[in-house]
Amino acid sequence: MRKFALRDVDPDFIKELEASEFFGAFRGCYACGTCTAGCPVHRVNSSYNPLRIMRMLVFGMREELLKGEMIWLCSDCYTCQENCPMEVKITDIINHLKNLATRENNIPIGVSTQKKLLKDQGKIYIIDEFDNKKRSKVGLPSLPEMGEEAKRLLKVRQS
Amino acid sequence: MKYALFLGCTIPARARNYELSARAVASRLGVELVDIEEFACCGFPLEASDETGCLLLGAMNLCLAEEKGLDICALCSACASMLTKTAYHLDHDRNLKRRVNTYLSGIGKQYEGPVKVKHFARVLLEDVGLERIKGVVKRDLMGLKAATHYGCHYLKPSYIYEGFDDPQDAQTLERILEAVGVENVQYRRKKDCCGGPVLLTDEEVALKVAEEKLRNVREVGADCMNLVCPFCSLMFDANQKGIEAKSGDEFNTPVLYLPQILGLAMGFDRKELGLNLNSVSTKELESTLEGKDSA
Repeated sequence: MRKFALRDVDPDFIKELEASEFFGAFRGCYACGTCTAGCPVHRVNSSYNPLRIMRMLVFGMREELLKGEMIWLCSDCYTCQENCPMEVKITDIINHLKNLATRENNIPIGVSTQKKLLKDQGKIYIIDEFDNKKRSKVGLPSLPEMGEEAKRLLKVRQS
Repeated sequence: MKYALFLGCTIPARARNYELSARAVASRLGVELVDIEEFACCGFPLEASDETGCLLLGAMNLCLAEEKGLDICALCSACASMLTKTAYHLDHDRNLKRRVNTYLSGIGKQYEGPVKVKHFARVLLEDVGLERIKGVVKRDLMGLKAATHYGCHYLKPSYIYEGFDDPQDAQTLERILEAVGVENVQYRRKKDCCGGPVLLTDEEVALKVAEEKLRNVREVGADCMNLVCPFCSLMFDANQKGIEAKSGDEFNTPVLYLPQILGLAMGFDRKELGLNLNSVSTKELESTLEGKDSA
């Protein structure tokens, strides 16, 4: 990680997070490192470190967190959250951070592609005629091509 | 025993082997699974980028089941987790429910709740029961060594799951296998993730996580892996060849869905269980079971 100066931190970041329902429990973190010790992603890529994310939150390192790649390496496996002796909802917090990063246009192409697919189709995979043929051949019921209700709902929300 | 069957996006398009075997096993055990055509995405793919949209999709699916007066049985662990989590938050937070219902009214829906959501395996354990499963065994699977991969969302986050299993020492899937005579083998770092969700952001990391697990499973001489989620299957079954090519290592480990193994014990043939659709061949494993049918 690059060096950073105290003037780069955002003391209001914590206040912003306090609006999130997960933040209360977060104050219990005493940096024991159990989260990182059990993390399956950390084992294969040590640049990913959930404890570091928790500390960066405390220090108000908004830019580093929301513009960087680290949070997007979280596999959402909940190991850290389940192991945390202080019951910090680490995975839920990281998920919330991913949402904040998205609002700042820091979103991996794979994630944004899925987002677009859902808006356009209401499901990730279209079930086309060929799929339904394959399904009926083995006795599975046919399914509609798209999730029309879901599409409508996501549209209603935007308007 | 009647549930709305929630297939989600991946299973009907990419995991017909799971769907086929689950339907076959459910029907043999007297679980009625009702299809609801309007079911769409569970919301999981939006959790990281659009929390509200995620919640709305989940709630809409809950409404569809509620309109039919049914609870939900999900095959995919991510769907099960997302829908359970959505129901949990809506049923615990009246303000949130009111907010979500404002949006839902835009498409003529309202969520009253509660709607119960259960993973297929949980239905087998809690609604069907082990005795009933034992009762329909037609073929002895004794000697078959399976390494169970619980995956993450089948068990976690635990605060939504009412303690039906313990993520620190999970037992449910193995208890089901034990009921049909399978030997459960233990392996290192059994609780680890398949790596699947990282596939979207860093393929190399994702495949390495899966590779480590395949290695740990091979180490204990398992005949196959047992799992209950299409994403985990994607990592260990569909991607196994690619992982082998990259690492120069050979695993050749068949990866079966829980109902495929149960289906073998119940005497279904390979096509009825979609075993022909598995990426890593299961033929050798099946041949070891031949001639074991009980009269």
